[in-house]
Parts: sequence; structure tokens; C-alpha cells
Amino acid sequence: MKQSLVARSSPLATAKAQLALLSEGVFTNGTLPSFSEQLQQRGIPPLTPKALEILQLNLGYMCNQVCAHCHVDAGPDRKEKMSRATLEKCLAIVEQTDVHTLDLTGGAPEMHPDFRWFVQEAKQRGIQDLIVRSNLTILRANKTYRELPEFFAEQGVHVVSSLPYYKREKTDRQRGDGVFNQSIDALKVLNALGYGKLNTELQLDLVYNPSGAFLPGDQAALEQDFKKALGEDFGIVFNRLFALTNLPISRFLEYLLASENYEDYMHALVDAFNPAAVANVMCTNTLSVSYDGYLYDCDFNQMLGLPIATRSQHIDTFDAAELAQRSIRVSQHCYGCTAGSGSSCQGAVT
Amino acid sequence: MKKNSYYQAEDLRKFKNITDWSPELGKKFFDYYQSVFEEGALSAREKSLIALAVSHVVHCPYCIDAYTQDGLQRGIAKEEMMEAVHVGAAIQSGATLVHGVQMMGIHDKLSL
Repeated sequence: MKQSLVARSSPLATAKAQLALLSEGVFTNGTLPSFSEQLQQRGIPPLTPKALEILQLNLGYMCNQVCAHCHVDAGPDRKEKMSRATLEKCLAIVEQTDVHTLDLTGGAPEMHPDFRWFVQEAKQRGIQDLIVRSNLTILRANKTYRELPEFFAEQGVHVVSSLPYYKREKTDRQRGDGVFNQSIDALKVLNALGYGKLNTELQLDLVYNPSGAFLPGDQAALEQDFKKALGEDFGIVFNRLFALTNLPISRFLEYLLASENYEDYMHALVDAFNPAAVANVMCTNTLSVSYDGYLYDCDFNQMLGLPIATRSQHIDTFDAAELAQRSIRVSQHCYGCTAGSGSSCQGAVT
Repeated sequence: MKKNSYYQAEDLRKFKNITDWSPELGKKFFDYYQSVFEEGALSAREKSLIALAVSHVVHCPYCIDAYTQDGLQRGIAKEEMMEAVHVGAAIQSGATLVHGVQMMGIHDKLSL
């Protein structure tokens, strides 16, 4: 099995190295404008938050997969995980604020030892939408996790699952051998429990991200293709498809450099800059919490170690008023969220 | 691609610049081009595959680059792309071969 950048001691394993790379070359030699310059040239004001609606928690970096594009650099060799105290604090913030959605991500969030406890607590405290970003294979991995689909259904968990393509070859190349077949099995189990069907509250959404150095196409057209192919080939149904752009950080950045696609990819992102997408990027209504309790404008800033621009940067000293007044930190990776129809954890934004 | 080649990959990104020297005609072309590829009686996906096949037939490296990327973005499988290229190749070779009928006719007319 492949290893994380950290386990391989890759020069790109540190956020500092990635940020440095994104801040030089084509962005300093006059070839392409930096993200801030782009906004300035178009008369778009710097990004600021709207009302906070979503709290996205990175429960840890442990994962049973080592996907080629992973922006978290997650894998079985990563042991970082959120403490019970931080989880408790997140629940308290949900109760104190107008946050209506908890978005659990990782790694594989299901591998966190307090995962079930946290889901039950959050539901008991009345969270409106509890999203679990599942890689699907974990639901079939072993006895510990095989009963999770039933648990999801009991708790009314909103499942958002990664599936980069509706055929085996591309999926396995991106996510590892055997991932496609296991994902199909997991989707069938979820469907059997009522997930993804028209007249059910059990939401099952799929996440598509390109299997290479190209941008996602039209989300609605891709959804139609996925529904047709998965329906005809496997009898699988789902609610929505979210088309996500791969951001040039972590392992995807490593791939771009190794395949000599980095500059062309950055050109593609910049050429596809869509001013209309800027207003709805996810950092305007979402806060990201790292496993160690630090706050970030988004999951990508978290991975790049771009601290939130407030005096208080930790969940223990959460200050809603100060957070609402902050400026959102940007760098060149932000082009990934503003290309084409825009990209967020909820798919296209325009 | 070497810098001294007639074709430069980065020229594809500069295609829009042709309007610089003839804004009116350039605009008309790009408006027309955009309209052609919109959803119509044929889907945008079908049009993309036709464009890929034609790109090969007219030997346009820019177009091959553009419509391979377009196909990837649309989630078109490589098997579909290759079938489209074969359609183009078959028509092109058929177009050569069908002239053989002319050759046969001339041959027979001139022969005892």
C-alpha cells in the first residue's frame, strides 16, 4: 500500500513547503496573478464571512485508504485524532450558535474511537444536518464498521460518499485497488436501508472529483451520467452528485509536480476563474476545526497551516463576534474553489 | 514541445487573442463556436465526441488537446474517445478508398 507524504518524509510533507511552492514561480514571474491580485484587478473586495452555518470537523487523519489526490495526506499511518474535550467543545458551540450543520470529515471519520458517541450526542442536541464524509470502503472494512450503515440510518445521518467515477478502472487508480467494488457493495447496503431514494429523509450524496489534472465538467450533466450508469449497471440510486475540483495541495500537488502538469493546471484554474463563484465559496459560511482544536477558514487552509485571522485561534476560546469580523485568509489554492462553476464540499457554488 | 516547432502548446491558451487583430470577425467566430457546442438536438457530450473525431481527421493538435480535456471533464471514458477517433479514421480511410471506384471506372473505360 502507498504511504502518506509524512510517512515517506516527502519534501512536500510540510504545509510550509506547499505554501512556498504556491507562492512562487508562475505567481511571482508575472505569468499569473496571485489570488489576491486577481480579486483586486476585478474590483472584488477581500473575502469576509457571512453568517456561520456549518462547522466542519476534521476528526483525524487516520484512514483505511491512501488516495492519490488526498489533500489531507491521510492514511493508515496517520494517528492524529480529535480529543473528547474538543468534541465536547464543538457540541457546545453548536448549541450556542446558529450552526445548523455538522460536517464530519477526516481521514475516515468513522475510525475515530468516539465517532458513534459524538453522532448520538449531536443528534440528541438537535443538529439539523449531520454529514459524515464516508469513503464507503470503511463501511465494509471489518466487523467494527460493518454495522455502521444501520447506525447511520437510525441516527438519520446524511452520508456524503466519495466515488470519483462510475467505472472500476478510474476509481481504483485514484483510490486504490478494490475500492470500486467495495464502494459499490457499501452503496447497495445503504440503498437497502432506504438511503438515496426519492421519498426518504436518508440523504445519500456522492462526491465526484476528477481523476487527474483536469477540471470537473458540468455538475448536473455528470450527475445524470452517474445516475444512469450506476442505476443500469448496479441498481444503485443516490440523491445528488457534488462535483469538486482537486485543489493543488498535498498529495495532489505532488502528483501535479511529478506528472509535470503543475503549471498547466494552475493556468487552467486561473483561466477558469469565475467572479460569480467568489461570493459563495464555502469559507464564507463554514468554519473548519482541526483535530487539535484550531480554527481555520476551510479544510484546505487547515492543511496548509494558514491560521485564521483572529486573535483567538482555538475552539477553547471561540469568539463568534470576533470571527464574524475577520478577513478570510487566501492563497493560490483558492483558485480551486472559484474555477468554472466553483467548488465546495457541497459541490458547485453557482 | 520544442520552442522551434511550428506548433506551441501554449498557443491554445492564446486562441482568444485572434480577436485582437479583427475584433468583429473574431467575436462573430467565437459567438458562433459557442452556440454550436450548446445543448441542442445533440447533447453537448455528443458534440464533444464529434469534435474529438474531427480534430483527428483535420490533424489539429490544438483541437485534440482541447477536446481530450473536454472529454475528461465531461467524464467521457477513454473507450468512447477511442471509438470516436476510429469513426473519424474510418471515414477518412473510406474517403480515400471510395475513390478507387473512380479508378476502376477509368481503368475499365480505357481498357479493351
